[in-house]
Amino acid sequence: MANSFTRILSSKRNVGILSLVGAGSLTAGFLLKREHVTAGANVRRVYPASAEYPDLRKHNNCMASHLTPAIYAKLVDKATPNGYTLDEAIQTGVDNPGHPFIKTVGMVAGDEESYEVFADLLNPVIKERHNGYDPETMTHPTDLDSSKLTSGQFDERYVLSSRVRTGRSIRGLSLPPACTRAERREVERVVVDALAGLKGDLAGKYYSLTNMTEQEQQQLIDDHFLFDKPVSPLLTCSGMARDWPDARGIWHNNTKTFLIWINEEDHTRVISMEKGGNMKRVFDRFCAGLKEVERLIQEKGWEFMWNERLGYILTCPSNLGTGLRAGVHVKLPRLSKDPRFAKILDNLRLQKRGTGGVDTAAVGSTFDISNLDRLGQSEVQLVQTVVDGVNYLIECEKKLEKGQDIKVPPPNRK
Amino acid sequence: MAKNVHNDYKMKFSVDEEYPDLSLHNNHMAKVLTKEMYSKLRSKSTPSGFTLDDCIQTGVDNPGHPFIMTVGCVAGDEESYEVFKDLFDPIISDRHGGYKPTDKHKTDLNFENLKGGDDLDPAYVLSSRVRTGRSIKGYTLPPHNSRAERRMVEKLSIEALATLDGEFKGKYYPLNGMTDAEQDQLINDHFLFDKPVSPLLLAAGMARDWPDARGIWHNESKSFLVWVNEEDHLRVISMEKGGNMKEVFRRFCVGLNKIEEIFKKHNHGFMWNEHLGFVLTCPSNLGTGLRGGVHVKLPKLSTHPKFEEILTRLRLQKRGTGGVDTASVGGIFDISNADRLGSSEVQQVQLVVDGVKLMVEMEKKLEKGESIDGMIPAQK
Repeated sequence: MANSFTRILSSKRNVGILSLVGAGSLTAGFLLKREHVTAGANVRRVYPASAEYPDLRKHNNCMASHLTPAIYAKLVDKATPNGYTLDEAIQTGVDNPGHPFIKTVGMVAGDEESYEVFADLLNPVIKERHNGYDPETMTHPTDLDSSKLTSGQFDERYVLSSRVRTGRSIRGLSLPPACTRAERREVERVVVDALAGLKGDLAGKYYSLTNMTEQEQQQLIDDHFLFDKPVSPLLTCSGMARDWPDARGIWHNNTKTFLIWINEEDHTRVISMEKGGNMKRVFDRFCAGLKEVERLIQEKGWEFMWNERLGYILTCPSNLGTGLRAGVHVKLPRLSKDPRFAKILDNLRLQKRGTGGVDTAAVGSTFDISNLDRLGQSEVQLVQTVVDGVNYLIECEKKLEKGQDIKVPPPNRK
Repeated sequence: MAKNVHNDYKMKFSVDEEYPDLSLHNNHMAKVLTKEMYSKLRSKSTPSGFTLDDCIQTGVDNPGHPFIMTVGCVAGDEESYEVFKDLFDPIISDRHGGYKPTDKHKTDLNFENLKGGDDLDPAYVLSSRVRTGRSIKGYTLPPHNSRAERRMVEKLSIEALATLDGEFKGKYYPLNGMTDAEQDQLINDHFLFDKPVSPLLLAAGMARDWPDARGIWHNESKSFLVWVNEEDHLRVISMEKGGNMKEVFRRFCVGLNKIEEIFKKHNHGFMWNEHLGFVLTCPSNLGTGLRGGVHVKLPKLSTHPKFEEILTRLRLQKRGTGGVDTASVGGIFDISNADRLGSSEVQQVQLVVDGVKLMVEMEKKLEKGESIDGMIPAQK
């Protein structure tokens, strides 16, 4: 159970730990402790599991679909080594019954070990959310070699902007739903420290949410970079907004094409973006930036949470694997009104969102089009899917402009 | 004492690393919680596992307002007030007019001790209401309770309320399971409570698992109402249109005493002690937990320059007609007692009765264009 990540820890980490002597007892202390993955028993168990089982009759989310009374009874007394419990993991799904049309995940991880300790629930949830991906039998491919991407330049009469985002978690520190103030501040320190080492077109500056000036704040708002305290009950019910804005901030490079959010919904969210349709360049910068940040944190003895079953470990099970959303803002006035639009997107494994991001509406037939999948395919594969898919959508739009008919493409893989 | 694994884990980090940033905060908790106090209390845990960080989370997440001083911390169980005494005592003192750790609180629910209160002019006093809260001994409080505990509180409450008869015969409406018709009726009666939206409550975890085990009970004449598992285990409300506060208070006391008897019989009396009176989730509601008030028309008096001073001297507070944090509509104010701890129920309702009577007389004087300078009361 604990072996996948302890193995990684012991191979690379020992060099790091030794180099840490003098870098702070905090980090060395609990890194060494991590070898003991004993589930901590939790506090009070006055009532039987059946009395505590949540009422999920009106719920429509992945957690509610899979949390049977038997699984609840099996897991309710368990806790991760840091003391994170099942009830905490599912609280957001209990508090947010969901919508008949939109099935949310309904649970989060409080730390890396959650995915092990609560595997009996998380594995079926992951399987449902990620189209049958079975963490017990499958492995996830990671590929950040952007040179493999082909046809990554879009027609800029249609594509207004291109963007790739993902998340990364720092191994050894609890995730946003569970982290203490000290852990959150440590995440901020580790990441800001690493980012200070970026050079060339990646060189940039950090703006802490607590300390930014009004001018800085206005500039970040105008650039559409500033993130706010979460208001979505999906996030607030899981405890991610505690202690706001302590240890939250935004880093971006001087050219404003590479941006990192610290301690929002994940330890880090990494974003590469530009106006126009050069997805190739966006993806090149994305991969180069990520690899460089990883190298810099490893120099100090840290690493990202990752394993070969689940790929990159993030707070929400929906972001496992690559955690990657590659997308464009694209003008599709005719295609978007075609009744086959939804089916075409579906077969291309793409999703549409409004230009404000998730749960917003499109403005003037400009859509945010991005990959549906996250886990089971690599970064290169997913970005290629977006590139090929968006190129197809633009072809459709052009055909419709000329009064020609379009074809619904065959389903792409799944 | 049971283990609290997460809190033990937190002890690995230094006080400096864990101490919250309260530099922009204006609430009672932030005023009182020094790093030294944090250091002393952070390793502690009540028997049910509630910690200092649990108490203060709402105050850390809600920095407050320069003009309105919120409390900034909650209790998770009865023992919180003991285990975190060093935190709660100075907050209680600040909030409750200098109440000392050695002071004793008097409980008086004998309605016959109230003088007057049946002659408030209904042309001005539109409605009268008395509310309080009660916590059931042996269960943890809304910030901390588990689903099973919350359900037990509901179950016990339903059983107790079902035995009431006469003027108190009534019915329970669970939030989860009421029909649309029932819901509409409860909204029209202004009885239905919603899932809390205030970040003060949400950040303390009181809205978890909504609407599981929440509900409303009221008697047939809709003059006695109990909320189950909202901000406290129970909120008990007596109300009616018009100005007969005497009757409202009588029904309040009689109903409460009946309910308490029934809970005691099941070995689950109310949380109470002679220092803090009735123990509730928010330290601001300790003591009587009582807010007795009226909706009263005071268009002229409310714009008089001495209005605030008069209220302060009468030991009263004003709110809008939507309750706490709302604005007044058409010169109609919600006027109620400001105190909760250190004086009894009878004393607090007496202040409301006497104070409102005086203010209505002042309003009438101002209507006639006369001065009220001679009527300004001394500080009560």
